Formats: sequence, C-alpha cells, structure tokens
Amino acid sequence: MANPSANKFTFPVFKNYFGNFLFILPAVAIFSVFYIYPFYEIFNLSLHEWNGISLEKTFVGLENFKMLMSDMSWWKSMRNAAYITFIALTFQNILAFALALACDREIRLKGFYRVVFFLPPVLSEIVVGFIWKWILNADVQANQHIGLLNYFLDMVGLNSLVHNWLSDPNTVLTCIAVVHSWKGFGWGFIMLLAGLQTIDRQLYEAAQVDGASTWSTFRNVTIPMMLPVITVVIVLTILGAMQSFVLILSMVSQGLGDHTSVPVTRILAAMTGTQQFGYACAEGVMFGIILVFISFTLTKFSERMKQA
Amino acid sequence: MEESKFFNKYRLLRWTKSTFIHAFLMIVTITCLFPLFWMVRTSLMTRETIFVDKSLLPMPFHFENYWIVWTEGNFGMYFLNSIIYTVCVVLGIVIISSLAAFAFSRLNFPGRNFFFVMFVAAMMIPLPGSFVPLVVLMNKLGLVNTRIGYIFCLINVGLSLSILLLKTFFDKMPPDLEDAARIDGCSKLGIWRHVALPLARPAIAVIVILNSLAVWNEYILAMLLLNNKSLMPLQRGLMEFQGPHSVDDHLIMAGLTIAVAPIVIIYLLMQKHIIKGLSSGAIVG
Repeated sequence: MANPSANKFTFPVFKNYFGNFLFILPAVAIFSVFYIYPFYEIFNLSLHEWNGISLEKTFVGLENFKMLMSDMSWWKSMRNAAYITFIALTFQNILAFALALACDREIRLKGFYRVVFFLPPVLSEIVVGFIWKWILNADVQANQHIGLLNYFLDMVGLNSLVHNWLSDPNTVLTCIAVVHSWKGFGWGFIMLLAGLQTIDRQLYEAAQVDGASTWSTFRNVTIPMMLPVITVVIVLTILGAMQSFVLILSMVSQGLGDHTSVPVTRILAAMTGTQQFGYACAEGVMFGIILVFISFTLTKFSERMKQA
Repeated sequence: MEESKFFNKYRLLRWTKSTFIHAFLMIVTITCLFPLFWMVRTSLMTRETIFVDKSLLPMPFHFENYWIVWTEGNFGMYFLNSIIYTVCVVLGIVIISSLAAFAFSRLNFPGRNFFFVMFVAAMMIPLPGSFVPLVVLMNKLGLVNTRIGYIFCLINVGLSLSILLLKTFFDKMPPDLEDAARIDGCSKLGIWRHVALPLARPAIAVIVILNSLAVWNEYILAMLLLNNKSLMPLQRGLMEFQGPHSVDDHLIMAGLTIAVAPIVIIYLLMQKHIIKGLSSGAIVG
C-alpha cells in the first residue's frame, strides 16, 4: 500500500489514514478505557492512601510499599502461592510429561486419552472446587463420613488417615495444590505431546543404531529438543499457579486466615475488606513485578541453555 | 528354535510394557472422570441419602432436584445470563478484533506498529491487581451492576489474544483475492466483510472457542461487578447459591451439573478444534 504520494501529507492521504485508523478505533477505545487506564491508575493509586469512597486521596509516596515489605501476612500469602506453584511444577508437570511420553507412540485409545485428560482444564475453577470440596468433605453423620475420600479410607482400613482435609491448616494447602494440579495437568500434557510429536523420528532411530539406552536417548535427544516447549509449560504453570485463587474461594469459602491466603486473596481482602485501595494496588504492583521478573528470567535462562 | 524363543521373550517384554503403560493411563483416566460421575450421581439423591448412601447408582433417581435448582434456585436465570454474556462478548470480540487485525495486517496508517505492540505487550505483562482500579473506574462510570459494563470488561480481556491470532492468520493469507475485490470496486470495509472474514473462518472458530470457554467460566469480574441476582452468570450464581444451601449438597451438585453440561457437550462435539485452539492460544500467549 506504500505509494509515493503518501509522503506528502495532503488531505486525501489524511482521509485515507483516518479511514484506516477507524478499523482499529473500537479496539483501541475499549482497550484504553478498560486496560490502559486501570494500568496507569494501579501505579498511581499505589502511591496514595485511599478508602475507595472519599473524594480525597492522600499522597503517601512509597509508604504503601514500605508497609508491604514488613507485612508478614503478605509474605505468608506469597509463601503459600509459592508452595502451590512448587506442587504444580513438580507433581503436575512430571505427571503431564509422563503421560505425554506414554502417548507419544503407536498406542490404542490415544485419541480417547487426549480427550479425557483435557476435560478438567475446560471446567471452571468454581465447579472443580465444589466437586472436590464434596469429595474431601469430613463431616460425620449417622456414624458415616460424608466425604468420599474419608469413606474410602475408612473402608480399606486406613482409619488413621481419615482427616478433616479442608479444615486442618496442615493439609488444606496441599489439597488445594493437588486439586489445582488435577485441573491443570491436561494443559501440560497436550502441549508436551504436541512438542514430542514434532521431534524427527530419525533422531531416535539414529540413537538406537548407535546403541544408546532408552535413558540416554531421553536425556540427549528428547530433553534438548523439548527445551523450548518445556520452558513455555513451566512459565505458564508458574503464572497460573501463582495467580490461582478462585479455587481457594470455592474450596474453603471463608478461608483459614493466613493458612489459605494467596497474594490475590490478599489484594481482594485489602480492597473489599479493609477498604485500603492504595495498599491493594501496591500489592498488585509488587506481585506483578515479581511475576514479570520470574517469567523474564526463565525465558532468558532457557535461551542461554539453548545456545550452550 | 533359538530365534523363536528370543522372539517370544521380546514379545513378552513388549506386552508387559504396554500393559503397564495402559494401566497407568487408565488410572489417570479414572481420576479425571470419576469426580464428574460422582457429581452427577450425588445430584440425583435427597438430603437424607447423600450422607449415608455410598452406592454408585443410588436408586431411585431424583430428577426433580434439577427442577428445584432451575426454578427456586434461580439457575434458569443464571443460565440465561451466562448465554447472553457469552454470545454478546464473543460476537463483540470477533467483530472488533477482526476489524483491528485486518487493519494491522493490510492497511497503512501512522502508529500502526505502536498500537499493535501495545496490544501484544498487554498480553505479556501479568497484572494481577488490575481489577482494583477497574472496579473503581466502573463505579465512576456507573457501570457496576449493569450487563453492558460486564460485557465490555470481558471483551477487553479477550481482545489482545484474538487480535494477535487473527493478524497472524491474515498475514499468511494471499492478497490476490483482496486485490481482485479492490479492482471490482469493493471498499475496505467490503473487503473485510466479504473477503477477509469468510477466509478467516478457521481462525475465527478458534477465537470463538477460546473466548466462549473463558466467558462461561469467568468468575472474578462477575463477583466484583454484579451484586444483583438477576444479572449474575452461572459461576457467580453457584457461589451465591451455596451460601444458604451449604447442607443441600445434592442441590449444589445439580447446579454444578447444569453449569458443566453445556461445556462438556460442546467439548465432546468439537474436541479436536478445542484442543487445537486452546493449545495454540497457550503457545502464542
């Protein structure tokens, strides 16, 4: 479309540009109001003290961030999110990788497995949370445990394990992390399987001809070839697990105080609970910076690995 | 003789290996499906039996639970709201993002790259607390507790990825047809409507799937922006319902089944497209 007359800024050219700009106008307008403005405002508000209602906002500089640094509840929530992320990274991703490897061959029912494993990811967190809350239920009625898991443990003679899963501060976070992994492993499975299937079969055959063992083929062929996909899966797992909170709201609606808090629930609590809008924004900014830093570092790290 | 023995041993080894793999896959399959089965099963029981009966198929089935939650539990209303939101948001996203992607790919104007990078950058930067200023803004604009406010917020959420996916698709499309249309005197808007949109059908299908799932499953904005029961979508309705009905787990499970059924049915019908679409979306994101 680059015609020479475009250099001269005449009225028809302007009209043409303006007409073209109209195509992106709706998108830009919505984006400016509902993304750019909040984006600016979250930084702005994080420097103020404001209860959300009064007309006056007090400028406090970096005071909110200073408070945040010494807020033990905040760092506890960060640790909880890190714990969920740790389980998701290990348990969920290893399971996803093992399943992808198992399906990366001529195997019967491959299509069936793909469909089934990807079912939990299309369900909402509210639904998943409610279903598992019902299964993990620990109430006792008529000498029978209501929850399926406890009933099952009782039946097979593991009474000692019967437990108040979601009310015990020691187990609640692990339960949430495992349910999060249950919901999420299908993602990793599909992406890793797609990655595995792009690896040239000849590489495997060459390794076999050279007499490489299964393990060394895996270490020296599969892993290096899969590194970009693995990085994407790891970054997405971290971003997803760190920010997951709807599952917590639906599994332990009232929450167990600091035991089930994650950064996003802290932000919600500061906003709707104690009406500290500035503080909530400071928490959001801090958390966002941490997330950007993590994903940036990981991506850079994997690029370094690829070059080496 | 020696050779056939070796062959048998090899075959046995292979058979054992594949049995183990299938056993592993089957166990995971059961853990995926059983909770859903348990949900449907519980939804057909009564308040008395859910606590004691642990049989797989508790007779008789109480289908009236569905009628109770649909009418008294307001799930009919929530369901209708969810459909309204999903249709409006997805339609909005398809039109707005395809217009923008078409311009980014085919039309020339100053600031084109700047705006495109802006949309892509927004996707890369996670901003977990952005709902705080968004709610403040919606309050100022008087859009809290309105359908239109919620719809616009959700259109915005899906915009970036949709624009990126469609622009990638338009870039790969040969320009011949458009040139022919232009020579025939078709306006830019006409080319978008009669050439670009029909050709981009596969990409639009992906966008429709991705965004329908996202809108149907959305909770956080529904929680913050909609307090009026008659405006709530299903996910918000479920939370609302479980408050006063915390002992009626059979009714909650019936509500869950209503919320899940459309997703599962559409998923089973279109699983190939959904799996392809969602993984392509994830890779781009």
